[in-house]
Amino acid sequence: METTRVVGHSYPRIDGKEKITGAAQYVDDIEFGPNLLYAEIVESPHPSALIKGIDARAAKKVPGVGAVVTGKDFPYKFGLYMQDRYILAQDRVRFVGEQVAAVIARDPKTARRAARLVKVDYKPLKPVFDQVRALKDRKTLIHPDLGDYEHVPWFFPRGGTNIAHHRKIRRGDLKQAFEESDVVLEDVYHVPRYAHCCLEGHIAVGLCDHSGRLTVWSSSQSPHTQRHLFVGALQELGFSHKDVRVITPYIGGGFGGKAGVTMEILAAAFATKTRGMPVKVRWRRDQEFYNTYMRQAVETRIKIGATKDGKLTAFEMENFWDAGPYVEYGANVVNSSALSATGPYYFPALKIDSYCIYTNLPAAGPYRGFGYSEMLFSVESHLDRLAKKLGMTPLALRKKNLLRRGMPLSYGAGMTENNLEECLDRVAAAIDYGKKEKSKDPNKVIGKGIAGAWKGPAMPPNASSSAFIKFSEDGSLNVLVSGIDMGQGLLTVMAQVASEVLTVPVEKIRTECPDTDRNPYEWQTVASHVTWSCGNAVKRAAIDARDRIFETVGRAYKYNPESLYLEDEQVKCSTDPDFAVAFKDFVIDGIMLEDGTFRGGPIVGRGMFMPEFMSTVCDPETSQGGHPNPHYTVGAGGIVLEIDKETGKVRVLKAAEGFDCGKVLNPSLVEGQVIGGFMQGLATALYEDMRFGEDGAILNPNFTDYKIPTALDVPDEIIPIIDVETPQHDGPYGARGIGEHTMIPVAPMVANAVYDAVGIRIKRLPVTAEKIALAIREGRTEVE
Amino acid sequence: MKKTITLTLNGETRAVDVEPNDILLDVVRDKLGVKSPKYGCGRGDCGSCTVIMDGRTVRSCLILAIEADGAEIVTVEGLCRDGLTPLQESFLKHNSFQCGYCAPGMTLSATELLERKASPSREEVQEAIAGNLCRCTGYTAIIDAILETAGK
Repeated sequence: METTRVVGHSYPRIDGKEKITGAAQYVDDIEFGPNLLYAEIVESPHPSALIKGIDARAAKKVPGVGAVVTGKDFPYKFGLYMQDRYILAQDRVRFVGEQVAAVIARDPKTARRAARLVKVDYKPLKPVFDQVRALKDRKTLIHPDLGDYEHVPWFFPRGGTNIAHHRKIRRGDLKQAFEESDVVLEDVYHVPRYAHCCLEGHIAVGLCDHSGRLTVWSSSQSPHTQRHLFVGALQELGFSHKDVRVITPYIGGGFGGKAGVTMEILAAAFATKTRGMPVKVRWRRDQEFYNTYMRQAVETRIKIGATKDGKLTAFEMENFWDAGPYVEYGANVVNSSALSATGPYYFPALKIDSYCIYTNLPAAGPYRGFGYSEMLFSVESHLDRLAKKLGMTPLALRKKNLLRRGMPLSYGAGMTENNLEECLDRVAAAIDYGKKEKSKDPNKVIGKGIAGAWKGPAMPPNASSSAFIKFSEDGSLNVLVSGIDMGQGLLTVMAQVASEVLTVPVEKIRTECPDTDRNPYEWQTVASHVTWSCGNAVKRAAIDARDRIFETVGRAYKYNPESLYLEDEQVKCSTDPDFAVAFKDFVIDGIMLEDGTFRGGPIVGRGMFMPEFMSTVCDPETSQGGHPNPHYTVGAGGIVLEIDKETGKVRVLKAAEGFDCGKVLNPSLVEGQVIGGFMQGLATALYEDMRFGEDGAILNPNFTDYKIPTALDVPDEIIPIIDVETPQHDGPYGARGIGEHTMIPVAPMVANAVYDAVGIRIKRLPVTAEKIALAIREGRTEVE
Repeated sequence: MKKTITLTLNGETRAVDVEPNDILLDVVRDKLGVKSPKYGCGRGDCGSCTVIMDGRTVRSCLILAIEADGAEIVTVEGLCRDGLTPLQESFLKHNSFQCGYCAPGMTLSATELLERKASPSREEVQEAIAGNLCRCTGYTAIIDAILETAGK
C-alpha cells in the first residue's frame, strides 16, 4: 500500500466540537416557526383485523385540529424492494401499533387528545405469530394479493402463501457428501427479535409549500432513496424528483433502522394536506420499538458434515424468518444473508433455503449486520460442537476450512482478499484461548469462546456514490456527499481522503450533511459500504479538482501539467524548484497574466463511483452465477467469561475482536466501531430480551424493561485488533468497510464460552442467567 | 391555566408562560430555544434530557416546568460559553462520541462528578454516567476521557 500522510491516522472527528457543545443540530432541534403542526397517529390495537369504518367527527371538532387523515386520503403503497405496504392502513391492519389514521393539530397535546376521539371499527381476524406455522398455513393469509405485488427481480414471493421470498442455493451432491462424512451434526437454533435502540428515535418534518415544493427533514440513513420513495409513493400527486427535497442534519444513531423509509412517509404525505404549514411526526420511545423496523427473528435448522480429519464436506440449512407483516426491506435481509449463510468457511456441497415469512408481529427489517448476526449464531455455535465431536479445537476446525481468496463462495464467485487466519490467531492469542483459567471464587467458573465472522455489502449491483468538492477563497474546502455520518465517522474520513489528495489540512475541510438539492447522489449509508464507495467518489472528486488546478496553473504559467505537484496547499513544479503558487491565490479568483487578463476561475471537482462487476442475475433454483457482493470484510472475536454456578450470572472478563477491513483510514474511529459493535452484540447475548403478549403486542417497549448496556456493563478489557489490513484492491487507499461486522461474532462467542465454562449449550438467545442457572440445577446440557 | 415562571437558564434570567402539565424538557427546548437536552425516552431511563438544576443533574423529562420556577438551570451551552472545558477538550481528543446524541447529557453528568470528586476511580466514573445511555460507543472512550481529565 502507498504511504499516506493523512489517511491511516487517528484524526479527531471534524463534527466533534459541534456535538460536544450542543451546536450539532438534529431534526427536532430545527425551528420551524409558529405554523408548525404536530401529527398524532391512531394505531391498531389488533394484530390482524379488517377495518370496517373510521369515525373522525368528534376528533375534527376539537379546536386546534387542522385535519384528520385516514387510508382513504393516501391509497398509495411504498417500499424499497417490494411494494407491500400502504402509507396508512387501507382495509386491514396487520400488527399491533400499525398506523390507521392521524390527527394533525396546532400543538402535540391537542393532537393527542383528538386522536383518542377517533373511533375505528375493527373486525378482528385470526393472527399468526409463529413463522413456521405461518409458512404452512394456506388459509390465514396475511397478504392475500401477494402474487400481484411489484418487487425487484431477485425476489421470489409465493402468491397464495405467507412466503414473501424464498432464496435457494444449491451446489454439489448433498446426499452423497453427507454419506461420505464421518461426522454429521444436525440441530435447531433460535434467534429472537431485537430493537435498534438509537437514542434519537425516528422523526420527520414535512412541508409542502403553495408552489408545490415538498421538503422533508428526516433522521435518515438514506436521503436520496427517501426522496425517490416519496416521489414513487406520491406519484399520483405528480411530484418530480427536482421538486422533492430531503434534508438530513445530524442523526442520533441509525444501526440500519433508519435505512429505507418507515414513518417518514407519514410526514411527506401529511404535508400534502397542510399546504404551507410544516407537519412534525416524532416517534415516542414505545413507537420506536413497535413501528419502525425490528431485527427479524429466525429459526434455523442446520446440518453440517465433516470427514474425521476435520474437512467440512456438506452444509444444509433451512432458515425460517419471522419478518413481520411488511417485508419491503426485510426480504432483502433474508436474501443476502442466505447467500453468505455458510460463514467464511468452505463447504463443497451445500443446500440453503431461506424463507422470508409474513407474521402479524411488528414490521421488521434491516439492522446492523443485515441478517448475518441472526444467521451466524447457528453456524458459529454449530462449528464448536462439531469440533468437539471431531476431537479438534474449535480454532483448528475453523482454520482448516477457511474461504481463502479465490475459493468459490456459495454462489460460485471467488472469495475476495482477506486474512481471516490472522484475525483468528491474534484473537485467540489475545484471550489465551486454549488455556483453562480458574476463578478465584470457588462458586464461579471461567470459560473462553471464539467465533469467526464475515459480511459483504448487501446492495443492488448499481448502488452508487457521488461527490462534489469546492474550494473557497482562503483555500478551504467543502466536500459535499450524501453519505451519512450516523456516528461511524464518515464525514471525518471523507475529509481525510480529500486532504490526502489535495494537501489541504483536515482542519480546513468541512464535509456537509446531506441535502438532496445540493449534495450529489448517494444510494444509502448502509451495508458498511460507504467508506469504500463514497470514499472512491471523494477521491475521484479530489483528483478531478487537482487536475483542474494543474490545468489552470499549467496554462497560466506555461508549465506542462504533468510536471506539477501539490504540497502544503501550494502548486509546485518538479522542473522548476523555485516555483510555488498558493491555493488561496487562485482557487476562486483565477490567475492574472501580465496583460491583466485572467485564467482559471473557481476550482470544483466531481467524482462518482458505481461498481461495474456486480450482478444479481443467477439461476433462481441454485443461485449460481451471480455476483451479488462486491467483497467481504472478515474477522473474529473471542471472549473470556466468568459464570456464577448458582445464579447463572455472566461477567465478561476480557474480549478481543480482530477485523481485516483493508487499510484503516482512521484507527481511532475503527476502534470505536469495534468497541461499540462488541457492546451491541454483547447486549443481544446477555441483556436484550423482547417479549410479546398473546395478542402480539410488545410488552417491553422501553429502556426499563428492554435493557441495553450502561457504562457499568463495560468489561475491563476490550482488545481491538485492526491492523491486519489486507488491502482492498478497488478501495480508496486500500480500504473497505467496517461497521456492522463488529457485532456479528459476539452472540456465538458468548454461547461458545458458556459451553466452555459450564458445559451447557444454549441454542436460543438470549443467554440469560436464568437459563444457565436452571440448566445447571437440573443437570441439562442443552437449552432449546 | 398558564402561569408565568422565572428561571435562570445558562446565566440569563428568563420568564416564560407554562401550563401546569408542561414538562421542563419541552419548555427549555421549545419555548426557551435551548436544544442540547434531548428527548430520548420521555421517562427518565436514558439521560439524554439531563440538565443541571440548582447544582444537581436531573432528568428534565421527569420534571414539571412549574417546579423550575426560581431555579438555576445549566446546559452544555452554558458550560462552554467562554471556551471548551478541559473535559470537553478531552472528549474531543479521545473521539469519545459518535452520533453525539448522548453527549450533552453525558457531559453534564461527568461535569457533576468531577466537581464532586477530584480523583474518581474507574468504577466511580461508570457509576456516575450509568444513567446516561449510549448505544454507539460502548462507553470506553468516554470513561477514558473523564479519567484523563480527572488525572490532570
